[in-house]
Amino acid sequence: MTTTVAPSAAAPAPKRSGRPRGAKLVKMLPLTPAIGLMLVFLAGPILYCVYAAFTNMALTGTGAANVQFVGLENFRKAFGSNAFTNAIWMTLVFTLISAIIGQNTLGLGLALLMRRSTKVVRNFVGTAVIGAWVLPEVVAAYLLSAFFNDNGTLNVMLHAVGLPGQDWLYAAPIIAVSLANIWRGTAFSMLVYSAALSEVPKEIEESAEMDGAAGFRRLVFVTLPMISRAIMTNLMLITLQTLSVFGLIYAMTRGGPGTKSQTLPLYMYEQAFSFSQIGYGTAIALVMLAIGAVFSLIYLRGLNSEAA
Amino acid sequence: MLTRKRFKAGLGIKAAAAVSALLLAVTACSQGSTTKQPDSGGSQSAGPAHIKIAYQQWGPGTVMKQFLTGVKSEYESAHPGSQVEIVPIVASENDYYTKLQLMMRSPNTAPDIVYEDTFLINSDITAGYLKPLDDYIKGWEDWNQFEETAKGAAKGADGKTYGIPDGTDTRALWYNKQIFAKAGLPADWQPKNWDDVLAAARTIKQKVPGVTPFNIYSGKPMGEASAMQGFEMLLYGTKDTLYNYDQKKWVVGSQGFKDALNFIKTVYTEGIGPSPKEALDPNMGSRVGSELLPGGKLGIALDGSWLYNNWLKTGPKPWPAWSETLGQTAMPTQDGGGKGKISLSGGWTWAIPAKSKSPDAAWDFIKTLQTQKNATKYATDGAQIAVRKDVASDTSYKESSKSTQFFTDLVSVTVYRPALPEYPKVSNEIITAMEAVMTGQSSPDDAAKNYDQAVEGIVGGKDKTTTQSTGQ
Repeated sequence: MTTTVAPSAAAPAPKRSGRPRGAKLVKMLPLTPAIGLMLVFLAGPILYCVYAAFTNMALTGTGAANVQFVGLENFRKAFGSNAFTNAIWMTLVFTLISAIIGQNTLGLGLALLMRRSTKVVRNFVGTAVIGAWVLPEVVAAYLLSAFFNDNGTLNVMLHAVGLPGQDWLYAAPIIAVSLANIWRGTAFSMLVYSAALSEVPKEIEESAEMDGAAGFRRLVFVTLPMISRAIMTNLMLITLQTLSVFGLIYAMTRGGPGTKSQTLPLYMYEQAFSFSQIGYGTAIALVMLAIGAVFSLIYLRGLNSEAA
Repeated sequence: MLTRKRFKAGLGIKAAAAVSALLLAVTACSQGSTTKQPDSGGSQSAGPAHIKIAYQQWGPGTVMKQFLTGVKSEYESAHPGSQVEIVPIVASENDYYTKLQLMMRSPNTAPDIVYEDTFLINSDITAGYLKPLDDYIKGWEDWNQFEETAKGAAKGADGKTYGIPDGTDTRALWYNKQIFAKAGLPADWQPKNWDDVLAAARTIKQKVPGVTPFNIYSGKPMGEASAMQGFEMLLYGTKDTLYNYDQKKWVVGSQGFKDALNFIKTVYTEGIGPSPKEALDPNMGSRVGSELLPGGKLGIALDGSWLYNNWLKTGPKPWPAWSETLGQTAMPTQDGGGKGKISLSGGWTWAIPAKSKSPDAAWDFIKTLQTQKNATKYATDGAQIAVRKDVASDTSYKESSKSTQFFTDLVSVTVYRPALPEYPKVSNEIITAMEAVMTGQSSPDDAAKNYDQAVEGIVGGKDKTTTQSTGQ
């Protein structure tokens, strides 16, 4: 995405370089409200969050009447706390299982299958998968709570085939919410991969098949390399989306029992709004931002090396 | 194309989050400059005003709503042109305080009267959310009727009074005599120590299947009910406490803390309590009152004096037979030492936010809430332990319930939570430790260690904590 934008933006520049500067400014004028709004509603709050992360701001007690700068205290407290370390682990597990493994491979699989299937099957699967995606988060969470519940559909199905069920939301909460996130989010990966696969020229695949690369070999050596940019883009977007999933987990398990499904967004919410520690909560938000940035950098590097 | 669209949607979400953060920022900024408000003289009579009164609506109970609606019409007819708006906040424990605090931060949303739990009021006083009421109280005769301990319930560190208490409560064991009969336990049950309580619960588990033997609130979803009604009812029955008043330090590393967590562990791992999953339902509180006890599904409940207001004709689950079916007995101390029994008390107060637009009218309304007639009505309908002498001696109060006398007598052994601004944060650490133990995530020792560490962080370092508890 970045590389396609760059040349088109650079290309017209030499032509216009002769014009006076003022004209350029006049042309920019209509953009000012938009830029102003961006500054006020986007940059402003982010800067404010950065500020809050270094204070003892709270909803009640001393931190509410008298906000003080506390330096790195919030971060020191976070990195020294077991609950925070646990939340980081939970976030990584959740992201790995539900996004990088689950949504990504399932989405690719569905896209590949749908390419070969008849129109009827394609429409049916497409509607079902996208249906899960367009459902509001909280509605999806309630449906899935019912599914994973002690007496829920999943256990009924397991019992029907003679397998023991278990109380998923209590015994394996992080697995339950990860499966729920896969169910809800796979549509996005499927659509990205469908679009990418439709752009793979038929001739190349056919000639690969003529050369003897059929089935799985063709997929690994021909098709996947051709859509590798889509894979990277998709991974980056679903990772960022998954890192910030809140409503789904909150409605299903509230991060519990104990802290067994408490990812960073839930920990942040608990500290900031249940326990009133706004300063500490925003510090955790900053850490989350940093984790997202690290993931993005890794993927962007992957994208760039592909382009080179 | 699609990826771009989705990307934008992602930005949209971030923008929304950013906007809400900004709103918080704006309210926070406006907060710093206006904490000090000019005192308006208390004695002047207020003109017609619009008063907003915010309180917590617990589940299906409507006792407070009916009471306030009655007082509202009384006030409006006495003050023509005035309007009273009742704002019930339907929320669980912790959410109520958060919502209230967010409302009180800004003059645009601040109610004129708020219902404050005594455990939180000091924290909100420190936050500068509340208005001192001393100037108003000076000219108010009824204040003499209040018990001295109750007057202290809403005092700030500056010695000023910030809230008018409307009742208190005590806690004890409620037990179902029918289930006890089936289990072969005495109808006049009087446990002498923790082991007696556990033994009775074990007997019920064995002899009366299908019944939850014993409920003690635990874990985060039940909020302060877990900390106070569950944990502190145990801790204050040991030789240890939360706070050392002599040294003015918070107590860490105490054996009593670990023993109390061990008790929780025993209850939940032996299965003589509800399943941890059941106990972690945020509605457990209303389930005990409106479903488990009246349904004969719970043997022993460690619960509050107000419990029977669920079963009044006006309550969510009318149950006239409760007074014959249920018995009450005091919660014993760990080994029967000390006074042998223990109770904790809290209660609620009416306060006026610092940013209220019509504090004078708000005070007039509080006075109407607290006429002797209305105070008696609320104490009986709301199942409160009276904090006013004139109410306590009123026959309609004394005869309001079969359990009133029992719970009023517990006042002699009752303990109040450390009324300090840090308490709510400490309480959060207690419920975190409880939940870790009841779900088997931590051993009681590890959970206690985490608590000690967290408390040091909250109160500002090791030199603000001590390992010595004072005697009670």
